[in-house]
Amino acid sequence: MVDYSSLTKGDVVAEENFHLTRDNLVRYAGASGDFNPIHYRDDVAVYVGLPGVLAHGMLTMGLAVQPVSNWVGDPARIVDYQVRFTRPVLVDGATGADVTITATVGALEDETKIARIDLTAKFNDETVLGKAQVRVNLA
Amino acid sequence: MAVNPELQGRVFPPTAPYLVGREKIREFSRAVLSTNPINLDVDAARAAGHADLVAPTTFPVVVQEATLAQLLAEPDAGIDFSRVVHGEQRFTYTRAIVAGDELTATLTVSSVKSLGGHNMVTADSDIVDANGKHVVTAISTLVVRGDED
Repeated sequence: MVDYSSLTKGDVVAEENFHLTRDNLVRYAGASGDFNPIHYRDDVAVYVGLPGVLAHGMLTMGLAVQPVSNWVGDPARIVDYQVRFTRPVLVDGATGADVTITATVGALEDETKIARIDLTAKFNDETVLGKAQVRVNLA
Repeated sequence: MAVNPELQGRVFPPTAPYLVGREKIREFSRAVLSTNPINLDVDAARAAGHADLVAPTTFPVVVQEATLAQLLAEPDAGIDFSRVVHGEQRFTYTRAIVAGDELTATLTVSSVKSLGGHNMVTADSDIVDANGKHVVTAISTLVVRGDED
């Protein structure tokens, strides 16, 4: 269990790289029920004007919170999680894609002992999520 | 075709109950690259005080899918699915989802806005358990691109 009183705004609490391949996208499509073909068919992605097959935004959102889940220990302590989808993650058929997550203490709410953890998600040196915030109950 | 502004405030009928299965939680956990034992190992979940496996934070998207399907199928909505981009997503919890929960979702269109030729539709799915108690609200903002693109 993370000790609330040990946290300071700006602390980096977790950092992790996720390597995604097309296999991950197919697996996420099956698990989530989102079978939009732009997430597994190059011809469809190109037809609708995309540069190629993209990761589901919800896959990026789902993996981005995992470092926080592991840091806090019990995922049930995550009481709120929000993101904006700002850039796509292109997943190359041969080489895949790397998404790097950094989790930083963004704010501390002393009365409730809720820590707001801010996430940075980077693909090709650009952020792909905006206002990515996780509220964690440490009471 | 523009999104119908009269959608704002519309409340849809509750979805059929969704029974959260233990293996579904495991499948979804693997799909979002979770390695947290409380998502995967029943003994670890029970040791942490839970009745069964805890679902990953973004799992409500599976339950929310049925409500978004209602919205897209609404005859007067004016939402062309081929022009929809997922803009924002949020999950606000009262308690975590655990295997064995029977969940029902009710969709409310909380906002319809027009911005630079695009429409932004915010849809709140309130998800309750078999006792009618609130579990989580899943909030999606969909960007519906305008015709001129």
